[in-house]
Amino acid sequence: MPKLQELQDLTVQVRRDILRMVHKVNSGHPGGSLGCTEFFVALYNEIMELKDGFDMDGKDEDLFFLSNGHISPVFYSVLARKGYFPIEELNTFRLIDSRLQGHPTTHEGLPGVRIASGSLGQGLSVALGAAQAKKLNNDPKLVYTLHGDGELQEGQNWEAIMYAAGKKVDNLIATVDYNGQQIDGSTDDVLPMGDLKKKFEAFGWDVLEIQEGNNLEAIINGMKEAKERTGKGKPVCVLLHTIMGHGVDFMMYTHAWHGKAPNDEQLETALAQNPETAGDY
Amino acid sequence: MKKYIDQGKNDTRSGFGAGLTELGRTNPNVVALCADLVGSLKMQDFIDENPERFFQVGIAEANMMGIAAGLTIGGKIPFTGTFANFSTGRVYDQIRQSIAYSDKNVKICASHAGITLGEDGATHQILEDLGLMKMLPGMTVINPCDYNQTKAATIAIAEHQGPVYLRFGRPKVANFTPVDQKFEIGKALMLNEGTDVTIVATGHLVWQALIAAENLEKEGISAEVINIHTIKPLDGEAVLKSVKKTGCIVTAEEHNYLGGLGESIAGFLATTHPTPQEFVATKDTFGESGTPEQLMDKYGLNNKAIEKAVLSVLKRK
Repeated sequence: MPKLQELQDLTVQVRRDILRMVHKVNSGHPGGSLGCTEFFVALYNEIMELKDGFDMDGKDEDLFFLSNGHISPVFYSVLARKGYFPIEELNTFRLIDSRLQGHPTTHEGLPGVRIASGSLGQGLSVALGAAQAKKLNNDPKLVYTLHGDGELQEGQNWEAIMYAAGKKVDNLIATVDYNGQQIDGSTDDVLPMGDLKKKFEAFGWDVLEIQEGNNLEAIINGMKEAKERTGKGKPVCVLLHTIMGHGVDFMMYTHAWHGKAPNDEQLETALAQNPETAGDY
Repeated sequence: MKKYIDQGKNDTRSGFGAGLTELGRTNPNVVALCADLVGSLKMQDFIDENPERFFQVGIAEANMMGIAAGLTIGGKIPFTGTFANFSTGRVYDQIRQSIAYSDKNVKICASHAGITLGEDGATHQILEDLGLMKMLPGMTVINPCDYNQTKAATIAIAEHQGPVYLRFGRPKVANFTPVDQKFEIGKALMLNEGTDVTIVATGHLVWQALIAAENLEKEGISAEVINIHTIKPLDGEAVLKSVKKTGCIVTAEEHNYLGGLGESIAGFLATTHPTPQEFVATKDTFGESGTPEQLMDKYGLNNKAIEKAVLSVLKRK
């Protein structure tokens, strides 16, 4: 995989973007963003088949829907560095008159975003509609989603999970960011969700796990395997085992940085652990 | 007074079904979804003719709204079908975020609206849906008055880009608008010109307003009757022109007075041309079981209630 070092470098740069974005406005969600950095970099640069430019309908290309919209910093950084909009625009995150709202939206016309998300539990239903539109249009491309594990506590997900299998929506790969953390603590403390793999399987999904959810190579191999499993009559679920706050030692293994920005000193420490690669915005 | 003839009682939900069937034949992008109420929403003909364009989602309205939003990505024009209660209050946040805020071209088609749903009682009789929907930025809100108008509205909203809430009902009511009348979103219809009072009605109350105007004429009161089928955007100009002539207004709707058509008109007139107004609407209450006629009478939603409101508003001119 010749691109691997290049992607690794991009991952470090995206981490810097996330940290600098949330630090500047002293708000936003670094923990989940950092935990999903490798996933987003791999998805947009190695897994999804994308057209040049952006149009809402996204015919003849793969689509991605972010259901847990609060990890917008990683989404915005990866979109910008993929060329959807100018990298300098990351400077406007959460500021007045910005297209980079706190949670992603189509309302301000930001290229790369096809649905508003933030109020949790709605993304899978939307992705199902988009996947079924692709089938109606004889469009063979796939639909990808990302969900928080805590987000699965929202009941609408289970309506959608039941529907996806019942209606054989097999052009869909739903990934769960399985970091075991949510705002008030660990998911086991807040509301134990039991065996997610068995739950998805019981609903009729094909489930695969990526144990090293912060290892680019493991993610790429796992997602390629997930792609292989599409088109076989079942929706595909990827349980992506990640570490919240990955790549910044004092933010890891805790829910404390779910929705808190680093102060000046913390930022300096965090950036030192992630030296500049592609160039800061 | 202009005479309107009932062409034969029919339900507005059947007007929706007929409109959807026609759209199935004329617009290949139209798709339909239903949450286990195909018979109630009269969607079977569309399904028979276009099985691949129909999505039965089961009893899962939140999921249905999300799927509808997703179907627009790829160019489809989704029409969702369930009762008004389950089309609005139950799924408000899904509509708010995934449809309205996301600017998705979804047509939310809501049957069994209001109190005339009848015997099922208050759990199913939503009287708050117009208010919920009109508060959403970018949402168009339509409440047609009879079978013909509902059919025409169903066909018209497919041509409109953006989210629409289309509200209709269960009981068979007078069908009196011309079968070939063009439906223009946001355009009020003058049904009878008058000079003493303006009656603005929507939905099932339009026919009641015409009966009221006829009775009032016998008492020497000349009532102007306007049909506002589009609650939002409101045809303020039509209202303004009329009240400048008559000097008072009665609004009539099968909805809570809070949040409904009357409230929209009151707000509009307060800032343009303050006018004495009476509300024929439910008074911040839930409904109950009963026949549609009994409920319309008990909750003050018929021609008698309109006539009473006219007499009272005339005194305030």
